[in-house]
Order: sequence, then C-alpha cells, then structure tokens
Amino acid sequence: MYPSRFRYEAPRSLDEAIGTLRDGGDYAKILAGGQSLVPMMKLRFASPELIVDINNVPGLDYHRADADGTLRVGALTRHADLEWSPLLKASQPTMAAAAPMIADPLVRNRGTLVGSLCHADPQGDWAAVMISLGASVVAQGPRGRRAIPVADFVTGPFENALEHDEIAVEAVVPPAQGTRAGGYLKLERRVGDFATCGVAVALEISAAGEVIRAGIGLTGVGGATINATQAAAALSGKALTPEAIEAAAELTAQAAQPRTDHRGSAEYKRHMVRTFAARILGAAAPGGTGPATTTERAA
Amino acid sequence: MTSKALDEIKIGGLGSSRKRVEDDRFIRGKGNYLDDVTLPGMLHMEILRSPLPHARIKSIDTSKAWEIPGVHLVMTGEMMATRNLAWMPTLSYDTQAVLATDKVRFQGQEVACVIADDPYIAKDACEAIEVDYEPLPVIINPEQAQADGAPIIRDDKDGQASNVIYDWEVGDQAATGRAFAQADVVSKLELHYPRSHPSPIECCGSVADFNRATSKLTVYMTTQAPHIIRAAVAMVAELPEHLIRIVSPDIGGGFGNKVPVYPGYVMSILASILLERPVKWIEDKTGNLISTGFARDVYLKGEMALRRDGKILAVRMHTDADHGAFFSDAQPSKFKIGLMHSAFAAYDIPAAHLTARGVYTNKAPGGVAYRCSFRVTEAMFFQERMIQEAANDLGMDQAAFRRINFVADHDFPHRTPFGFLTDSGQYAKCLDVGLKAIDYDKFREEQKEARKRGRLLGLGISTMTEPLGAGNSREYDILGIKMFDSADLKVHMTGKALLRTGAKSQGQGHETTWAQIVAHELGIPAADVTVEEGDTDTAPFGMGTYASRSTPVAGAAVAMVSRKIRAKARKLAAHLLEVSEEDIEWELGRFYVRSAPGRGVTIQECAMAAYSNMPDGMEPGLENTAYYDPPNLTWPFAVYIATVEVDPVTGVWDVLKMVAVDDCGVRINPMIVEGQIMGGLTEAYAMASMQFITFDADGNCVGSNYMDYLLPSAWETPGFELHSEVVTPCPHHPLGAKGIGECAAVGGPAAFVNAVMDALGGTGVRNIDMPLLPDRVWEALTNRHDVSGAPPIRQD
Ligand SMILES: Cc1cc2nc3c(=O)[nH]c(=O)nc-3n(C[C@H](O)[C@H](O)[C@H](O)COP(=O)(O)OP(=O)(O)OC[C@H]3O[C@@H](n4cnc5c(N)ncnc54)[C@H](O)[C@@H]3O)c2cc1C
Repeated sequence: MYPSRFRYEAPRSLDEAIGTLRDGGDYAKILAGGQSLVPMMKLRFASPELIVDINNVPGLDYHRADADGTLRVGALTRHADLEWSPLLKASQPTMAAAAPMIADPLVRNRGTLVGSLCHADPQGDWAAVMISLGASVVAQGPRGRRAIPVADFVTGPFENALEHDEIAVEAVVPPAQGTRAGGYLKLERRVGDFATCGVAVALEISAAGEVIRAGIGLTGVGGATINATQAAAALSGKALTPEAIEAAAELTAQAAQPRTDHRGSAEYKRHMVRTFAARILGAAAPGGTGPATTTERAA
Repeated sequence: MTSKALDEIKIGGLGSSRKRVEDDRFIRGKGNYLDDVTLPGMLHMEILRSPLPHARIKSIDTSKAWEIPGVHLVMTGEMMATRNLAWMPTLSYDTQAVLATDKVRFQGQEVACVIADDPYIAKDACEAIEVDYEPLPVIINPEQAQADGAPIIRDDKDGQASNVIYDWEVGDQAATGRAFAQADVVSKLELHYPRSHPSPIECCGSVADFNRATSKLTVYMTTQAPHIIRAAVAMVAELPEHLIRIVSPDIGGGFGNKVPVYPGYVMSILASILLERPVKWIEDKTGNLISTGFARDVYLKGEMALRRDGKILAVRMHTDADHGAFFSDAQPSKFKIGLMHSAFAAYDIPAAHLTARGVYTNKAPGGVAYRCSFRVTEAMFFQERMIQEAANDLGMDQAAFRRINFVADHDFPHRTPFGFLTDSGQYAKCLDVGLKAIDYDKFREEQKEARKRGRLLGLGISTMTEPLGAGNSREYDILGIKMFDSADLKVHMTGKALLRTGAKSQGQGHETTWAQIVAHELGIPAADVTVEEGDTDTAPFGMGTYASRSTPVAGAAVAMVSRKIRAKARKLAAHLLEVSEEDIEWELGRFYVRSAPGRGVTIQECAMAAYSNMPDGMEPGLENTAYYDPPNLTWPFAVYIATVEVDPVTGVWDVLKMVAVDDCGVRINPMIVEGQIMGGLTEAYAMASMQFITFDADGNCVGSNYMDYLLPSAWETPGFELHSEVVTPCPHHPLGAKGIGECAAVGGPAAFVNAVMDALGGTGVRNIDMPLLPDRVWEALTNRHDVSGAPPIRQD
C-alpha cells in the first residue's frame, strides 16, 4: 500500500494525545484499531497529514459493569475482547450477538467498538447495536468531558459529533430495567463482509413478560444508521405476542430506507429487515430460542 | 523381479502421496516471489489508470509529475508511439493499447506511468498527472454492442465498422436441423456465465533489468509461460532472442491470469532500457482485478432435440462472448471460441451445431482460461445445465437420462458431436459411485417429505469429460509455436539428478511430482532429484503451465527423458556386468543379468560409470533432453453431486453434501491430485455462490477489490467427499495419466446450480444466473420468474 506522506505521533497519555490533536488541527486523525482508517489511506480516500496513534495510551483497554449495571467500553477495547467476553454473554445479548459478526477474526483482533462508532459507516454494525441500547459516547477534549447519545453522535455517513481536538474515550450503555433480551441478525455475502442489512433489537422485559423498553437499530439500509423509533415504541408495554411481533417487524421494515444496488434490490433488503426483526423478536418471545445471531448458520 | 528391486512408494515414486517439497520454503516465508526480487539501483514504476470506461483523451499534462523530486521518467502513449510501442499484438491476432493514445476503452486502462526512486513517489506523481477526458457512451454487454447506432469502440482499426470481432461456427448445421425436425420435445435454455477473475493472491509484476554493457535484458516476471514471453519480447521489442532472459520466480498463484503479456511488462522493459537501471512494477489488487485477464462472460442460447424415450438427437448452441475492449484472449487453439465445442463430449449425440459471436465492449480485455482449457468451463456448465433442464422437460430422472445418453465404455475412441476424439472412460461406473455416495434414492425420498413441510431440498448432478493438455501440435499453437513441451535431465556421477522442464509450477507441485516420475522410471529416490523451472537461460524450451497441460505434456516428457537415460544406463550396465545388453533385465533401481539375477548394478553405479568407466566409444555423461508432442488431449471424467437446502424466506442456500468422483487415469501423487480437486471444488462453489465481476450502467467495475470481489473463506466453503475408485488409464500417455488441475472448477459449478434449481422445482423457474446470490434466489421464488445476472447491475 502506498498512502500519501503523513506524520506519525504515538503519545503516551490522554492529555498528550489531546494536545497533539489540538496542535494538528483539521488534518490530524486518531488511529485506534486502524481497520477503517488504514484501508482508506491505502486507497487514498483519506490523506491525513498527522496520525495520532492512541494505542500506547494507558487505561483505555477495558470493558466493565458498574454496580448499577452501567456498561463501559474503553476506546482500546477490541471487537475480539467483546466477542469472547463472559460479561457480555451473561448480560448483553444484543452486543454478544453482534460482536462475532463483525468482519473476520483478523480485523476483530485490532478494530475497536469506539473506533467503529467514530467512523460512522452506515454499514458498521456497532452503531445500530448501540443505538438500540440507548448508549452514549464519552468525548474528552481540552474543554473537559461530555457524553453524547450515539443517536446524536452519528451525524451522517462517516460523520460524527466530535470536535477536532476531542477523543472518544468510552462508550456507555445504561443499565437495564428488567431482563435484557434481543439479538442481532446480519445478512452478509460471506464472512468478513459488511452488512447487506442488519437488525439490532434490544429489549428490557418485565417479570410479567411485558416489554419495558425496546430499541431497534438498522445497519446498511440508509444513508446513516437508522433508529427505528416507531417500531420500538410500538412494542413498549406489550407482551411479545405474534401480533405484536408482526406489527413491530412491519414498522421496522418501514423505517428502512434501502437502495437497490449490487447487494440486492431495495425490495429484498426491506423484506430481510422485516424477516430479521420478526426472527429476533420471535426468538425473544416465550418459547423462543433465545438471543438471535447469524453466526451459527454456516457452522 | 528380484528381492533387490526398490519399493516404489518408499522412494517416492508413482502413487506415493509424498509431501510437497516446495511447501517447506513457502510455509516458512522463504519463497522467492517477484516482489522479493531487489536489484542494486532498482527504480519503481506505478501506472495511472483511466477512471472512465470510454472517453476520448483530449490532453495529458505530465509537467507537475516531472517536477516531483525522485521522479526519473514519466511515460505516456504519445511517447510510446514514437518507439512504435503504444500498441502491441495480442495472442488472438488483435492489437491492444500499451498506453492509451486516442481513447480509453475500459475503466482501469493504462494511461501513463511514472518511474521513481520509490513506489510512494511514483504514486504521488501519478496523481499529479492531469488528463482531460471527453466521455463517450459506454457499452457493457453484447446486446448494447450490437444495437443500432452503438459507438464503435475500436475506431482505431481500419475497416472495423461494428463492434463484432468474429462469427464462427462448427458442427453440421443441416444434420442438426433434420434432427430438430424429428424431435418429440425441444428443450431450450438461455443463460449468462458471468465474468470472473482468476485473482491469484500475488498480483502481476516484473523487474526489468537492461544491462547496457552486455546488451542483455533480464526480466523477472510473474509468468506461467516464460519461453513464450521471451519469444513475444523478441518480436514486439525487436530485441535479439539470445540477449533476453526471462526468469519466472516462485509464483503466488496463476490460474491463467499470468499467461498473457500485460502492458505493465512492456512499460517496465522500455523504462529499463531508457534509464539503464532495473525497474520494478507490481500491481496492487485493484489494478490486477480491473485490468488483467478476466474469464468467462459468455451468453448461451441452447436447444436440445429430444426423443420421448430420453435419447438426445441433436444439440444447437449459440454463444455471444464479451471480450472487452481488445481481443486478447490468451488461448492456444485455432478456434475463435476456444474449446467451447468440447461441450457434450461425454454424450453420444448424432448431430450438433454451434455458432459463436465475439464482441467488443468497454470492459477489461484478455479472456484467460481461468483454471481450465479455454472456454471448457463455459462449455461444461452450459452442457450440464441444458442436460438437467432437458431431463426435466421429459419428466425423466436426472441419473437415468444421463445413463441413456453417455458414451459407452466400449465406444472409445469416440468422435464427439463437434469433432473431438475422446480417448477413454467408464462414465456409467463413475456415476454409480457418485449416486451411492450421495445415497440418491434416499435423498429423493427425504426431498419429497421435506417439501410437504415447506422445506426446499435439492440435488444437482454434473457429469462431464473435458479435453486437457494442449496440444497436439496440429491444432494448438501460440503465435505459431507448436504446443509441445520438454524435459532436460542431468544425472550426476553420484546418481543424484537435476531435472528441468519447460513448464512452470504456480502451486501445482511440479518440484514434487516430476521427481516422482523420475523415481518411477529410474529408481532414483525422488528426494535425490532437484527440479528447476522458469529460467529461459537454463530450462529447455517449453510452452508453460496452464490448461492442465503440465502432466499430460511436460510430465510425459519427464517420463520420456528418463527412458532415454535408462537406455544409456543399460549400455553402461552391460559394460559393468560384462554381458551383452540383451542379457540384461531392469527392475526398479537396478539392472541385473537375466541368467544370474543376483548379479546386478544400481542406477547410481551406472551413473558413476558414465563419468568414470564408460565403454570405448561411448560419449561420457548421463544427460538428455526430450520434447514431447502429445498425440491427443487427455480426457478425464468426473461426476459431481451436491445436495442443498434453500431457505424459502431469505433465499439463502446451504450445501448439505458434495461428492466428487474423478477418474483422471493414473494418479502420480494422490495427495496432490486430491488437493487439486479440493481447490477446484472450492472455486466451483465460489462461482456458484458469490464470485463475479459485474458493471453498473456507467461502466464502473463492481468487484474491484476483495470487499466486493467475493472469494469464499473456509467458513462458507462446504466439505467435499472425494472418490477415486474408478481409474481408466489414458491410452496414449506414457504413464496413463490425465489432466486433473481444473476438472472440479469446470464441472463443479453446474452441480451446485442444478441443486438449487432442483430445490426450486415446481415453481416454473428455469434459470437463475450465477452467482446464486440470496437476493436472486428470493426474487425467483417470490416472483416465479428467471433471474438474469447480466450487466448492468440494477441500481436506484
Ligand atoms: C476487511 C474488513 C472488514 C470489516 N467488516 C466490518 C463489518 O462487517 N462490520 C463492521 O462494523 N465493521 C467492519 N470493519 C471495520 C472495523 O470494524 C473497524 O475496526 C471499525 O470500523 C473502526 O475501528 P478501528 O478501531 O479500527 O478504527 P480506526 O480505523 O483506527 O479509525 C476509524 C476512524 O475513527 C476515528 N477514531 C478511532 N478511534 C477514535 C477515538 N477513540 N476517538 C476519536 N476518533 C477515533 C479515526 O480517526 C478514524 O477516522 C471491517 C474492516 C475491514 C478491514
């Protein structure tokens, strides 16, 4: 690969990294896992003048639950850490379902969840998952820290809400009321492919079997990650009956804005969004098969 | 035979699954590929490619590129033209632009190149070149190419008034017409075999090194056919052949992609001559995928005349081939559409007629035989798709229909409906092995049961024989050079040996198998034989490796040269044993006296004598060369059967089981043969499920990198069950071997497609074009109509 010429800095602390970014101005870029940035540089779609590699910054490589159940994922936590995490397996069905479906094992060993949110690719899986969970990104800059809901953080295709001297330090998932359920289903043409479409459903279910809170995020079927708020709202307060599922799946399909391209017709993609939403909800319903994920399919 | 004969398997002879000796260095990362070649003072070349598929070049301004420090040379078509090198001849007797002068004719075409101190600078300088294009209407399929008022793509050629390159035909039109008039049923099928790319992991490249002091040009090059390249360079660049040396180092996969002569090679050679320094060029993946030799892209209109009882009376085929912007097919036959007319060779069909048309489009040129003899892949796919639909039209069982029409075991050699002569086979027996392995009757039962519960199961059969191992020299040549091959064997005085051939391994394992043939013929342990290929200064003249020709042709030459050596060794043995030659017997590794079997000499003792104790009047040494011109192609036979389940809601399909029965005659190294079959089946699955290059309506290439050009990983690729029970030795090959490198890639795709189509039985859908992407299957299921995959892709 022959990218354009660039300068490279590897700061040893967060403050130093923020300072380097500030001095670098608009043409500085953070390097986390490098799994999106480096390919873009290779193709010369991105030609940053300064690379600020945060891989030597201590204290960013963690994911843990606070006492109240709040989940925190640090900026250097790799997809693979989440894929193999017992914590997620036990408490975050939607995230646990999505992690193994991102890219391939090589990419998962390097790429980060926070980097994926920052990259804001409409075909990136984490944004849909984090939107469904009502998660936020914590940004830190010279003016201090602030939390931005992921739904506002992703401002467009490949655009986020960070200032040029801010670093996203962690992603935060609020605690659940009731029991978590849900899943992530993704249609890919083969392993390592981006989503033709993906549906993330996050549910919080009461002891009586009613949906206390629902979130639905869609990957790859719009100019940016889609937050299917109406479909989610339609579930709230309801039991997961076949009728409720069908209605919510239909609303989810309506929220999608797919385009016909080499991955399939708009009609097909909308059909798949509907199918996936119904399958995830069906699996979460009483008598269902549990958290839905696509990875077992080819096994 | 005495008890002193060597154990053939122990010495790594014929039939031994000897581990591949080349793998040691590959696995350790010690291979020597083109990009590992670094010469003192070497410069680097990058190519600027056209972003547009069809445009007139109004101007090219290179001044900013020249200003960048570290840039040594910027070349454009105009500059190449002053040396008569803007265009070069193709292997199909057309011309191809090296660097565009008048127009660009496909996206990715070479427009300029920069030679600089390092590739980064060269790339920066390419970006600094300003090209002013005037876009022209774009043509991306044969229909557009032949439409009224279509722009003429090759307006550079005198007298080229349309986009048609050729019209060609073969077979007996009148007899075919008569048979159709008598048919009870006529079965029809139209489809498109999509464009794909061989996509070796290593891209194409060259390091050209012109030495002014010696006037010698050395070119390291990713080529499957170094001697042909030397001849081509001598002709195109008008350099003396003895001052050209082509070295093909380790090759990271070829699959046909590394047969043609590419513009990049020519540019790097000219640059080295002009600059008198070594110049390296190596493509990036996108450059490889969008500009170098593609494969397939052929449309079929097929018809079959059938008798009610299942007998095929005749076949009629018309094909339209999309050749891209230049007719530069890398194929060695005299037939415009390659070996398309090898179709139906396995079936006893009285009459057949094929018409073929080739057209120019605004797509990359250079059809290559991607893991096949040229166009055989299309031929066998068309054949097996037509066979399945014909059996369905008759309401006949797929296996029974094939059995009725197979060429019988006692009918060889058999003249095929299009005029080839097949050599041998036991087709029905192979089919029986396959049906048993898949448990045919039981599956049909399960399929019926599953249907009742809304589950869609399917079974697809593909049976075929194909011609492998070009030539013979009567019908096959490249630029007039006949398709023979060669081997050169030097047995050293200690009985160790050096073997060189005119073939060139790119993963086939020649270093392993050639030594096994020597071991088989001479009893020299395979481990004592070094194999070298690829350097035109040392290797005997040969035509290279493609079209599964290495074992049929070069492998035969290895056997023949070994036999020459054995004949001389026999004379040496007679001398050592002090008996006459007639009194001597041969057994593996040893000559002995017939009347006293205990008295003998080993091949190693003969070798020593050749240098130290030869009889009076005998030339010293134990070396020889053989050139082998095969009497015919070899005709392996294969049965591939796949079972699948289709998800009726999503269109996603999974392979339940795949069995392969390959009869490729005698297997020299069974493990390597199985590896070839596994690899071929993987590529067959790839074709059927995901791997293709297509274009949008504006002529943009979709599939220009590995995110969109999909190759299945170990995850998707199903398991394969291989069978080798049936062995029909090739009657005219010295070892009885037939080609095997490509059978599975050629015959496999139809098995998968037939299986999915079988699962969709009863829906009225006759065809879905490959690849059978889930959205296409869903569309067929939902709308109950055929789905075409021909470009352009649909887009909002
Ligand atoms: C072959 C391949 C297949 C892939 N398939 C998928 C897939 O199926 N699904 C999927 O979701 N993704 C996929 N990806 C992308 C992958 O998940 C990336 O890891 C992810 O998109 C970016 O994370 P990263 O850590 O690698 O970020 P980087 O590449 O390092 O950075 C990406 C962008 O985010 C910015 N950035 C990164 N971290 C921060 C931070 N902490 N603060 C501020 N800005 C930051 C960078 O400056 C850059 O602009 C694939 C990538 C490859 C190479």
